[in-house]
Amino acid sequence: MRARLAGRIGRFPLDVALEAKPGEVTALVGPSGAGKTSLLRCLAGLERVAGEVEVAGEVWQDATRFVPAHRRRVGYVFQGGGLLPHLSVAGNLLYAERRAPAPGDRDEVVARTGIAALLDRRPERLSGGEAQRVGLARALVMRPRLLLLDEPLSALDAEARVELASWLAELLPELGVPVLLVSHDAGEVERLAARTIRMREGRIANA
Amino acid sequence: MEETPLRLVLLTTAELAGVTTVLLLLLATPLAWWLARSRAWWKEAVGALAALPLVLPPTVIGFYVLVALGPDSPLMVPLHAFGVRTLAFTFTGLVIGSLFYSLPFAVQPLRTAFEGIGARPLEIAATMGAGPLDRFLTVGLPLARRGFVSAAVLVFAHTVGEFGVVLMIGGAIPGRTEVLSTRIYALVEGLRYGEAHLLAAGLVAFAFATLLVLLLAERRLSAPAP
Repeated sequence: MRARLAGRIGRFPLDVALEAKPGEVTALVGPSGAGKTSLLRCLAGLERVAGEVEVAGEVWQDATRFVPAHRRRVGYVFQGGGLLPHLSVAGNLLYAERRAPAPGDRDEVVARTGIAALLDRRPERLSGGEAQRVGLARALVMRPRLLLLDEPLSALDAEARVELASWLAELLPELGVPVLLVSHDAGEVERLAARTIRMREGRIANA
Repeated sequence: MEETPLRLVLLTTAELAGVTTVLLLLLATPLAWWLARSRAWWKEAVGALAALPLVLPPTVIGFYVLVALGPDSPLMVPLHAFGVRTLAFTFTGLVIGSLFYSLPFAVQPLRTAFEGIGARPLEIAATMGAGPLDRFLTVGLPLARRGFVSAAVLVFAHTVGEFGVVLMIGGAIPGRTEVLSTRIYALVEGLRYGEAHLLAAGLVAFAFATLLVLLLAERRLSAPAP
């Protein structure tokens, strides 16, 4: 994955260039308003600033084209899991699976993420950690070319945080796609990421 | 002139309200969706136009729709080829007038419901491969279901209760365009207060029941699923 993006999203400037290899987990850290989530949103096609984005040999954005979010095959795990509130856990997984050009094995993903007992539940009946797991399972079912995780450990209590962190540390490198992970907490992502990128005011402070 | 049986008047009223409700939900949904999601600076001008019937006297709406549907209207020219010279004083004309008159009662609750969804669920759906129409159908519509219930109930009840517009456009022609509200007016004009009372009280009960159903349905839909 290669990206070079420069522009403004509302009042916030963004000016970054980064690369990430398949199977590599890259953490984006920095204070609030540093542009971490904005960068993820640009890579996912949810925001548009000038630049180039290329993932797995496919051009998602350059000077002449902008592939919209729904055609990017990006797995985006939003803060809090980002589940569709009107669908059950199984419904959320199916929603992603039906729209993916080459979906993965749902049963395997369910087993791997340990959510088999949650399939009939509504999103509002899930704990923070469960919702994060389901959000990740849903992204994995799509077999994305790029996986983006926005604060996957936020809003969890200490116990769930430790549990989910060790689980992610094991799972993410095995996926074989570039993974970008946003966090406020540099110490926490050290366990998960092979590389840490520090952002400040929309720019990469040090890689 | 012989008086239309009350049963037929009730039927015309229900038919008008039913047809208006179905058509208005179909027409107002894309408009409300656009009003909720567009970033165009001029969208509020469109919003104000759609809300205009709330503040205009029904006779003004009725007058302009009557002129627009009359034999001299340029809007009627395309229908001349089909042998239709005017839609004034017809059931179709009543429906067209009702669509304008009740438009805000569909647009406002739908717009509020669509705005209440926020951008997040639609973005989530987009990252899962759902295109714009797919997102509208599979996320926008189900999450705005409360708005649809409100819009349907309000439009139906409002159309049942309209008077000025239906009198101007329909002329209360027995058996064709006479509805409950115009029948009450005719009864009062004929000093038949007893019958007028009965129908008026019936409409009060209907309005109360409608609003009660609306509130109960909203409460039920807003409760978390089991």
